[in-house]
Amino acid sequence: MQHVSPVRLPLVTSGKTYHDVTQDVCRQVEAKPNIRWMAALAVALFFLGIFFYSVYRTLWYGIGEWGLNKTVDWAWDITNFVWWVGIGHAGTLISAVLLLFRQKWRTSINRAAEAMTIFAVICAAMFPVLHMGRPWLAYWVLPLQNTWGSLWVNFNSPLLWDVFAISTYFSVSLVFWYTGLIPDFATIRDRAKGPIARRAYALLSFGWKGGAKHWSRYETVSLILAGVSTPLVLSVHTIVSMDFATSVVPGWHTTIFPPYFVAGAIFSGFAMVLTLMLITRVVFRLEDYITLEHIALMNKIMMITGSIVGVAYITEFFIAWYSQVEFEQYAFINRATGPYWWAYWSMMTCNVISPQLVWIRRIRYSIPATFVLSIIVNIGMWFERFVIIVTSLHRDYLPSSWAMFSPSIIDIGIYVGTLGLFFTLFLLFAKFFPVINMAEVKSILKYGVDNGPTYGGTNTGAQQSSYRPTGAPASAPVNYNKHD
Amino acid sequence: MTKRYALGIFEDEDVLLHAIENIRAAGVKIYDVFSPYPVHGIDDALGIERSRLPIAAFFYGLCGLSFALWMQIYMMGFDWPMIVGGKPHIGLPAFIPVAFELTVLFTAHGMMITFFLISKLWPRWRVPVMDVRSTDDKFVMAIELKEGTDLAQLTQLLRSNGASEVNEKEMTKE
Repeated sequence: MQHVSPVRLPLVTSGKTYHDVTQDVCRQVEAKPNIRWMAALAVALFFLGIFFYSVYRTLWYGIGEWGLNKTVDWAWDITNFVWWVGIGHAGTLISAVLLLFRQKWRTSINRAAEAMTIFAVICAAMFPVLHMGRPWLAYWVLPLQNTWGSLWVNFNSPLLWDVFAISTYFSVSLVFWYTGLIPDFATIRDRAKGPIARRAYALLSFGWKGGAKHWSRYETVSLILAGVSTPLVLSVHTIVSMDFATSVVPGWHTTIFPPYFVAGAIFSGFAMVLTLMLITRVVFRLEDYITLEHIALMNKIMMITGSIVGVAYITEFFIAWYSQVEFEQYAFINRATGPYWWAYWSMMTCNVISPQLVWIRRIRYSIPATFVLSIIVNIGMWFERFVIIVTSLHRDYLPSSWAMFSPSIIDIGIYVGTLGLFFTLFLLFAKFFPVINMAEVKSILKYGVDNGPTYGGTNTGAQQSSYRPTGAPASAPVNYNKHD
Repeated sequence: MTKRYALGIFEDEDVLLHAIENIRAAGVKIYDVFSPYPVHGIDDALGIERSRLPIAAFFYGLCGLSFALWMQIYMMGFDWPMIVGGKPHIGLPAFIPVAFELTVLFTAHGMMITFFLISKLWPRWRVPVMDVRSTDDKFVMAIELKEGTDLAQLTQLLRSNGASEVNEKEMTKE
């Protein structure tokens, strides 16, 4: 008995069976790497080479290789750090917050988004570590007695809070992501033909067999991890914003920073998820799993957070005027009309105006428009961090020390290089790991498509192997368009 | 030690849930049910008790919170007191972020380690699976065959409850 729900849209289209899901997702992992993937990896590795060269220069010759000066002593490095951490936030948001809110559409995208989180946090961590100048002494940030004497780290400093926040965030995200991967590794293991693949995926799958008790505990664990990750996401970017907000630099010293940074992080994170997913779904032929509906929903989140960020920009301006602090007022007028006006107005255009286009239904459902928008938003969010950091620092209280900042080739090299690092990791992930959470997608296949009451009824249903109409050929599409 | 199992293969979760209840009602003990995804309602049908992992997680969190507060108060307030930015030695508001982060860290990792240990999940070279299709698209009900079990009768019971096939499998206990 076939019944298509009139109110719920199916989350996976083309009437897939469980076996189809396994086939479609495992195809990439099992096939030989294709030429497009190899080409993309080659480009990513080239940029990774730039990264290693720039890091070598930074470590060998020192931080003098960067464009920093006495006034602007934090520029591209902290801009890129905040940008990357922000991008990471969408992954946890999709997997944790949407899990708590029972948003079942997240199942098709959570795996890739979580991978993105982990890789983005790795890229982010590069910047503060390299800015130390002597990264081999990075253990000084840990609560150890300094240089083995009796002095401890300073727990009053937001920079130390950052150390705890980012490392907790990274390790918890990694565990969350890996636990989700285990059942899918088991699927690949049981299909593997070669001895190396079988051994490798057996190791990765931790001996998962899918017993009822294991699944029960697995779901409990996922729910608690989501519960602790949700406030964690908010805390991480709140603490990142406190690096600025607890200082007395005009333009930084604002109480609006924590919520404003969190909204910005989700905004840029969803833009990056969209960029990656739009490419992944085409390259790996996953259009039935990452549907137009998914893209529209992510677009809506991007629009909402983009609007929150827009309100925050205006509020900052209002409060600068309302506070009657002349340094604060000058900082904001200088942002909009000073030597970095182009950065400020790029930020305003990309972040405040462009996401408003998503109100138009045709743009929300358009793949090319979404792709362009997602890239514009990422550029805009990079400018936001640049504006906050550089325009606030380059003119502070003492006019005699005012200066301009321009990045050195090494600054640019490290930034472009982390993009290479990110895409290298993401491409390797996409080739060797299942990009879609098969187990979770299988559990929502029937969403919106109910094959009638069988449980508790008289139907013993050995013949009901799929949700296609009985007797229809395997390739026959189910008519999902009844709701139109 | 080698044990024999009868494996009932099911194609649909609803049929499976229906079968579990009937088979348990018939007095047959089910060893385990393997499925490609978590089937909702299977805990009740199989009589699996609620996991106590949330309680463990709470206590791990409590440990993290106490550890973080003790560490910061001891280091900043007693071992090497130092005034930074005019803040008091034991400035509790400034200790909140680290206390929160360590609470989450201990909760997440403590619970995960417990989960892997009690579920006996860790990396291994070879994983003996009852039926490899159970990680793909089939639901596999395993019933242990003890001395004197009538396999034909069991097969009949499974089939009448919707199993599409019934196989016999020998497994070596790890």
